[in-house]
Amino acid sequence: MQQAYIQGIGCVSAQDNALFSGTVRQHEGNRLPVADPDYKQWIDIKQIRRMGRVIKMGVAASHISLEQAGVARPDAIVMGTAYGCLADTGVFLNKLVTQNEDMLTPTAFIQSTHNTVSGQIALMLGCHAYNNTFVHGAFSLENALQDSLLLLAEDPSKQILAGAVDEITDYSHNILSRFRLYKNASTQNLLQSNTHGTIAGEGAVFFVLGAEKNERSMAALTAVEMLYNPASEKETFAHIAKFLDTYGQPDLLLAGRNGDTKNDAYYAAGEEKLFAGVPVAAFKHLCGEFPTAAAFAMWMAAGVLKNGAVPAAAMFKGKAPAAPKKILIWNHGGGKHHSLILLSAC
Amino acid sequence: MSGNVWIAGGGVISGIGQNLGQCMAAFEAMQPGMEKMRHLQSVHAGTFPVAEVKADNEELARKAGMPAHWSRTALLSMLAAKEAWQSAGLGDISQYRAGFVSANTVGGMDKTEDFMKSFLDNAASGRLRHVVHHECGAVTELVADALGIRHHVSTISTACSSGANALMYGARMIRAGMLDVVIAGGTDSLTRFTLNGFNTLMILDQQPCRPFDDTRTGLNLGEGAGYVVLVSDEIARKIKPWCRISGFANANDAYHQTASSPEGIGNFKAMEGALKMSGLAASEIDYINLHGTGTQNNDSSEGRAVERLFAPSYPPLSSTKSFTGHTLGASGGIEAVFSAWALREGIIYPNANFTTQMKEVPFSPVTHFSKGHALRHVMSNSFGFGGNCSSLVFSKE
Amino acid sequence: MADLKVQIIQQLNLQEVKPEDIGNDQPLFKEGLGLDSIDALELIVLLQQHHNIRIAKPEDGPNIFYSVRTMAEYITAEQNKTA
Repeated sequence: MQQAYIQGIGCVSAQDNALFSGTVRQHEGNRLPVADPDYKQWIDIKQIRRMGRVIKMGVAASHISLEQAGVARPDAIVMGTAYGCLADTGVFLNKLVTQNEDMLTPTAFIQSTHNTVSGQIALMLGCHAYNNTFVHGAFSLENALQDSLLLLAEDPSKQILAGAVDEITDYSHNILSRFRLYKNASTQNLLQSNTHGTIAGEGAVFFVLGAEKNERSMAALTAVEMLYNPASEKETFAHIAKFLDTYGQPDLLLAGRNGDTKNDAYYAAGEEKLFAGVPVAAFKHLCGEFPTAAAFAMWMAAGVLKNGAVPAAAMFKGKAPAAPKKILIWNHGGGKHHSLILLSAC
Repeated sequence: MSGNVWIAGGGVISGIGQNLGQCMAAFEAMQPGMEKMRHLQSVHAGTFPVAEVKADNEELARKAGMPAHWSRTALLSMLAAKEAWQSAGLGDISQYRAGFVSANTVGGMDKTEDFMKSFLDNAASGRLRHVVHHECGAVTELVADALGIRHHVSTISTACSSGANALMYGARMIRAGMLDVVIAGGTDSLTRFTLNGFNTLMILDQQPCRPFDDTRTGLNLGEGAGYVVLVSDEIARKIKPWCRISGFANANDAYHQTASSPEGIGNFKAMEGALKMSGLAASEIDYINLHGTGTQNNDSSEGRAVERLFAPSYPPLSSTKSFTGHTLGASGGIEAVFSAWALREGIIYPNANFTTQMKEVPFSPVTHFSKGHALRHVMSNSFGFGGNCSSLVFSKE
Repeated sequence: MADLKVQIIQQLNLQEVKPEDIGNDQPLFKEGLGLDSIDALELIVLLQQHHNIRIAKPEDGPNIFYSVRTMAEYITAEQNKTA
């Protein structure tokens, strides 16, 4: 498979770059919001007035990544979002119901479509290039990455802006809570809580991907694989074993552990069977659980590979490796969606 | 990263028919599908005609073999995807590395709307089974699971160009050697959400829509689903494919969130890119299935982009949305099926309700159904909000 | 006209714009206040919500919404019609 180099990353999440020097933003509760930066740094006042928060998050993350990569206008914009623009969807639905389909305004509707973020980025950059949005739950990010790798295989000269966004709103949190997904926990105790439920999260991460290594390259995106709806744990483990045969054992496994007993048992079994002696780190206690949370894990992994050190707060099991070269992100959504994302030092 | 991708079959359900044969009969009889709303419950039922699939959820569910409380979007998707797979004559799908790439714009919104009524009264009420398939991807998985597809499942949402992008992604995965067959296209049912959304933009016509007509005042919404079966060279050798997908391109207009640039920059780039990939000159295109929504803005932008690329001689062209209405995320899939079938059968589709030449462009759409043409190359356009523009080119060989 | 300016600012979420910043005769669109076609649709709803006036044809928008003064005159004229 085509490999790509990460030339820049922008991340709007519950954490910030201080994580890599050991400062963790601690949270407590069942909902972990992003630390909103001042979005006016990147978006002018005339444009910002219509933008929902998730759009601002995405636009900000994309700007940071492009700036880091020194790319003014990418050759493709590809992103993933499971939920899309929930806030504006909620506003429009609310008015639709309460005003009985009368006196509705266009802004919320326009901003509610799933391609609003990628369209807005293209509009702000004047970018006429390929533009795509995947909206497939826990495979949204992964498909955006796979599409990017295909684009690079088709034309290695491209610089691609790829990423993922998802937001929590009061409505979505209320509704998802009724499915008994969440519990109160803190950043420090979530991973060890070993009870039912996790904490909700959100975030936006964008990457600039290129086929050629350059002086800005932070890490290589070596492989992305998805496994949909495996019949059994055995099938999942056989799939991962095959992946490890191809790419070798990582120096660090970054697992999607989220503090939910059943969810984490899957990882525990896999770690024991497939990753004997491999240290394990986690990320969802730092960013919360959401379908595109693996994008946050990629931001973390790229930072670790670049800095050559794993933040102590991320470690779950084993000794933090010094200067890791290969980090494998294994994330699963309810056992039905498994993704493997391998990042390597460059 | 080489080889051809073929269309092995296709399936469609829309306001003019519950399968491809019924849709063809409607074209031939010049019977557009717009009527007074019967299945969607809306205060606008008497105001805006829509092209509904003429069946209630119970009937669709029975035919699809799915529960009637699932989103209508999933039921429509299943019916068209099943027809597509059966038409390909490839047997048991489990013997292939198979993918399902489906597009939609609002997922299970039809059920979420019902949920919200109770939920807004009291946050503890509303049946959770009505929101469990709210996400776009959840709708796709209901159908993938029913079809027995596991190697690849994904959902694309780029507004009105979604379905075309699903075909592109599927074709590229086959070319990269990742999959042998992909069922690709899109689905969307009518919802109050989209109906009211388009109404706030004041681009819904209260009369049957008139694409590429000087008197056009807006679009009619429709619903449905359309899928093609994409296969590799190796699989295509075993069957008699309809045609080949020879070119495609996705570009962004980058002009405005909802409106197209007056000169149709994105439209032009998408058509130009698709032609370039297919290695064809504009003069080799034998028919264009236009995006042609019937809004002032789309038809004038698309028309000017067509003029820029094709002048001085234009192939026959028409908007089948004058029959099916604008089916949003499904339209790229439905029109891909129509375009691929056109090549196989030599059909040129009519544009209904055309009376008056547009001032902005020098050409006018075809107004009568005809078949038996020796078509070699057909183009299908899908353009949408967010500046998303995609064009596909299908070739006989 | 002061009330109308407040309504416009609220409806369009014009951050950091104060009512006194909008001149009575300043063009609202393009080079003036910088509004666009989506804002025009929002203003149509504003007339409906606050003044009970329905505009059926969006193409009438540019004349009615040229400035705060033209809007105010239109509102007065429409209200006199129904009175």
